[in-house]
Amino acid sequence: MGLAKRIIPCLDVENGRVVKGVKFLDIRDAGDPVEIARRYEQQGADEITFLDITASHEGRETTVHTVERMASEVFIPLTVGGGIRACEDIRRMLNAGADKVSINTAAVFNPDFVKEAAERFGSQCIVVAIDAKKVSGPDEPERWEIFTHGGRKPTGLDAVDWARKMVSYGAGEILLTSMDQDGMKSGFDLGVTRAISEAVHVPVIASGGVGTLDHLVEGVLLGKADAVLAASIFHFNEYTIPEAKAYMAARGIEMRL
Amino acid sequence: MASVAVIDYGMGNLHSVAKALEHVSPETEVWVTADPEQVRAADRVLLPGVGAIRDCMAEIRRLGVDAEVAEAIASGKPFLGICVGFQALMDFSEENGGVDCLGAFPGRVCFFGDDLRDPHTQQTLKVPHMGWNCVQQTLDHPLWQGIEQNSRFYFVHSYYVQLQNANQVAARCEYGVGFDVALAQDNVFAVQFHPEKSQKAGLQLLQNFLHWDGRP
Repeated sequence: MGLAKRIIPCLDVENGRVVKGVKFLDIRDAGDPVEIARRYEQQGADEITFLDITASHEGRETTVHTVERMASEVFIPLTVGGGIRACEDIRRMLNAGADKVSINTAAVFNPDFVKEAAERFGSQCIVVAIDAKKVSGPDEPERWEIFTHGGRKPTGLDAVDWARKMVSYGAGEILLTSMDQDGMKSGFDLGVTRAISEAVHVPVIASGGVGTLDHLVEGVLLGKADAVLAASIFHFNEYTIPEAKAYMAARGIEMRL
Repeated sequence: MASVAVIDYGMGNLHSVAKALEHVSPETEVWVTADPEQVRAADRVLLPGVGAIRDCMAEIRRLGVDAEVAEAIASGKPFLGICVGFQALMDFSEENGGVDCLGAFPGRVCFFGDDLRDPHTQQTLKVPHMGWNCVQQTLDHPLWQGIEQNSRFYFVHSYYVQLQNANQVAARCEYGVGFDVALAQDNVFAVQFHPEKSQKAGLQLLQNFLHWDGRP
């Protein structure tokens, strides 16, 4: 028995409501993030990631209140991502009860922000989110680049080098999303997952592309991920978290059952 | 009304600890405070902590929390240290090039290392040790009541405690090396993991703490 691999359901939240739809069978208000997070906690989720896609300033206040409510009722680690651009944003989320924040675009435009954040709040609560896309041709050695704006804008940054740099700047964890795979339900990009996981000493969370339980297994066994993040397979009751955990454990993966 | 002081020395997130305490015992007053009078007045004292030990120890000394902790331990009232609040009770930590800690208990805080490996498979292990690991209780204690042997708790740390006095070890864990994850001595209990983030088992431990009379 040792450290368990983690399953992390991800909630996309806009103005205090879960979007992208969550359809639990016997839940009345499918849009309330706190109710959904509590449900996942009860099912045995190892952490919750809360992705805030709210654009307006007023909406951000709602987000803080939602995080506060969630932290009063859900007693597993809670990561908040989306719109984290300054130390004040981090302070506000941690005060509301988040355990970690995830920095994405702001890290690309201002890498020193990651350094400052890690020094001020500790690496344990700084997750750097990396959106990577494969840029190598079929006959070339595999290479991935960092993209921003939901995968639309290339940055010219090599994903593996970038991950190394972010860790040297103090990132305590990497949340890696493959932009090619996201929403495709055809599995993680195992190449980039493994390349980054082997390049850095901090935990790597694989994200983007989960459609089956075998994809979760591959992410850990072949991609060498320390945790797997998924949204739709759990939201739509295709699989429950206990099913996913039992499936992974049966394939020799250490899980918290 | 019973009260618990969560010592606030400005490091990290105390809100999750306070919220978990309020959740398990709405009838207990939870004071997040650095005020010595309030810490003295509380029935129970909790020393949390996240982040780097050098900064934690600097704030602990600047705010006089070192004296508050010594007084609380000597008073015999139930005392709980969490994570860096556990490490701070030791003599010395290797972190940040070496930092003297409170010296309340003999022991050292050691680095997992840059090349930590599973002794059986030789696979590289990530540092920090982050996630849910099994906790092996090594003695009977009121704080373990209702918690199954080898229950999983949530950890996040790069440094671990080695207690000098084996009689003070209340639990062990394995991650490349074996290390001490809980200390028990008289009215003091301290843990490396985060009970406030460890769902059922963690909430049970906090509830046990709020009902504990401080006797082993």
